[in-house]
Amino acid sequence: MTTTAHGQTHPISLYLKIWGLLFVLSTMSYLVDYFHFEGYLRWGLILLFMALKAGLIVGVFMHMAWERLALIYAILLPPGALLVLIGLMSAEADYTFATRLMFFK
Amino acid sequence: MSAASPTQTREGYISAAPPTQPPVAVAGLRGLVADWSSDREAFKVSWGKAMMWIFLLSDTFVFSCFLTGYMTVRISTTATWPNPSHVFALNVGGTDYPLLLIAIMTFVLISSSGLMAMAVNFAYQRQRARTAALMFGTAALGACFVGMQAFEWTKLIVGEGVRPWGNPMGAPQFGSVFFMITGFHGLHVTIGVIYLLVVAWRVLQGRYEKSGNYQIVEIAGLYWHFVDLVWVFIFALFYLW
Repeated sequence: MTTTAHGQTHPISLYLKIWGLLFVLSTMSYLVDYFHFEGYLRWGLILLFMALKAGLIVGVFMHMAWERLALIYAILLPPGALLVLIGLMSAEADYTFATRLMFFK
Repeated sequence: MSAASPTQTREGYISAAPPTQPPVAVAGLRGLVADWSSDREAFKVSWGKAMMWIFLLSDTFVFSCFLTGYMTVRISTTATWPNPSHVFALNVGGTDYPLLLIAIMTFVLISSSGLMAMAVNFAYQRQRARTAALMFGTAALGACFVGMQAFEWTKLIVGEGVRPWGNPMGAPQFGSVFFMITGFHGLHVTIGVIYLLVVAWRVLQGRYEKSGNYQIVEIAGLYWHFVDLVWVFIFALFYLW
């Protein structure tokens, strides 16, 4: 497996297309700020463009789309635990904010 | 023909050992390694690639902890958070353009990632000069990114008085979060530039011609794309939010 010249070879045109898409998505997320979108629309669009860009980079540039399922699961599933951390910490931060408002104002 | 029982297999393993028996402790360790590995690979990719992915997974957790910490202090502070759109505005010809420098940095890093992806392709075709040229281009854009980051830090520290413990624009946590997250990312870019230069130089020298194995370029590419990936998250969550 390790000595042959096999490997991830895909047409250059594919990379150029993804490159272009990443430029478009970056421009769109910049425009979210430029046009002063606020609230859930702003956050939703930012997260959407972020997820799309991350997916394109991991899937195509890092070739995850063509890797074996065992490797995909080993790398992509553990970060799911981070969602739990984010959930816990946002609840904790809300609580801290509430106590600060009560005691320091 | 009956299948070999585990006992027979183990006897076979011992009898196949070299006649000069190693010390008992070493033989025990070898047995332990043989039993645990069973001569099997969990991932049917080269160990170098698997290890780089596992390193990147651990790095994902480091950056995620930083970003989660940033989220926590930003939610819990009672002071107003400085508006990144204004803080990172760039003045060109008398007009302030919001986040202009950050947008340029984003495009520079994406372009470097695009060049790197193509370098991997040419490496597997064993086109050494093209591979090295694309990798040098990638590294140059990476160095350009670090340069712009140094400019941005200078502007914030000297021009706007941002410190890790406070700033004139609002919540004091802004400075500590900014310096820690972008500093750690910038360190990754700097290390990546050095890594790419070393690999590109070796490609050019023909070091990988003997084995014909150019996977090191793909592995270095994985690291570089990861640096770009982290920036996607920093750009969205810190600069745009």
